Amino acid sequence: GGGAPGMEYVMGIKGKDFAMACVSATAVQQIITMKHDEDKVMRVDDHRMLVTSGEPGDRVQFGEFVCANVRLRNMRHGVKTSTKAVASYARQELAKALRQGPYQSNLLVMGYDEGKGPSMYYLDYLATMHEMNVAGYGYGSWFVLSMYDNLWHPDLTQDEALGLMQKGIDEVRRRLSVAPSSYMITVVDKDGIRHLKTLEYGS
Amino acid sequence: FSPEGRLFQVEYAMESINNSGAAVGILAKDGVVLATEKRVTSKLLDTGAVGCRKEKMFQLDDHVAVAVAGLTADANILINQCRLAAQRHRMTLSEDIPLEQLVRGICDLKQGYTQFGGQRPFGVSLLYAGWDEEFGFQLFQSDPSGNYGGWKATAIGANHQQSQSMLRQDYQEDVGLSEALDLALKVIAKSMDSTSLAADRLEVATITREGGAVKYKLLTEAELKPRVEAANAAEEKKKEDK
Repeated sequence: GGGAPGMEYVMGIKGKDFAMACVSATAVQQIITMKHDEDKVMRVDDHRMLVTSGEPGDRVQFGEFVCANVRLRNMRHGVKTSTKAVASYARQELAKALRQGPYQSNLLVMGYDEGKGPSMYYLDYLATMHEMNVAGYGYGSWFVLSMYDNLWHPDLTQDEALGLMQKGIDEVRRRLSVAPSSYMITVVDKDGIRHLKTLEYGS
Repeated sequence: FSPEGRLFQVEYAMESINNSGAAVGILAKDGVVLATEKRVTSKLLDTGAVGCRKEKMFQLDDHVAVAVAGLTADANILINQCRLAAQRHRMTLSEDIPLEQLVRGICDLKQGYTQFGGQRPFGVSLLYAGWDEEFGFQLFQSDPSGNYGGWKATAIGANHQQSQSMLRQDYQEDVGLSEALDLALKVIAKSMDSTSLAADRLEVATITREGGAVKYKLLTEAELKPRVEAANAAEEKKKEDK
């Protein structure tokens, strides 16, 4: 493949009434960084997003495929497919493709459902699906998952979560020799999906 | 098409359903009632032999049930397709299939038989009763043409026009489940051949919600009996008053 999937960094946190994602914004082919501002968050609808990582072609293709089909369903039936349903649908597509031509793509399905609140689903290319409070992909996540295990609590506010994301990035940049040089932080809550911050580092 | 622009096979199919047992559906504020008239009532019928097989009333999933009128064999095919559709949806999306989606899917299937393949339409009309999160309690009706509609109260099968006008007169908005049940029995009694209602000639079911879960309940003969007797008594009194 073109990319080196482990070099990407994705961390997702579910808070009190929101879900937040921090994603590396570099698009790398072999030894060249093609883009520093690649937005890996795909909007399914106003309150649901996919945070995709993995093989560059597959992650975009799969993400768009899920988005398109969910939007079609929403249009056909006049409904808003819930976060869990979006995740379940994506999972089934990954499972179908697994023994034929797997999508080399991992994704977090994050959303805010009216009446239910925020939720986050971890999916990987083997069609694993788990609902989680803290999840991530890439080598960087190995350092940060355990850090967040200590710091996460169910009443996390957006400001606190933003602080955690910064801590995570700092740790990755301190310890991972191939840490990405730019990151984008996006949040979804009852008011919709918002891009909060882009962080660019020199190297 | 005929020269006047009609599809006779579809019309004939709809006509054939008028010969089958009546089915009445009523939407209440706290549930949905389906009441049907059984036609096969020989005492030789071994209803215990084939598990819980019914003649008119079938559950499609936890949250939706259907009453059929028309050719039983055709109905079985459609019921199976409904059940498959509900489970496919559940497997893909981890949730109950929304009622209208289920109905639309089956209607698209039925429509296909009116357009391609040279096959005859299904001689079945269905009343679908259920609950989903978006729209709450709902009642739908579909016919052999593949058309469907959402109803507050409706009837299919024998004497359905008469039943429909009775419902038009007597249906009240925001009726409670118990009153809806009584009204359904009253309407079905009127449409049946016999002079007074008998609990063993009916299949009656309700869809309600209890403790956050949707409940499908097929009323037993013992549960029906008091209501049936009350309906008969009311009818007797009406006749005497006249």
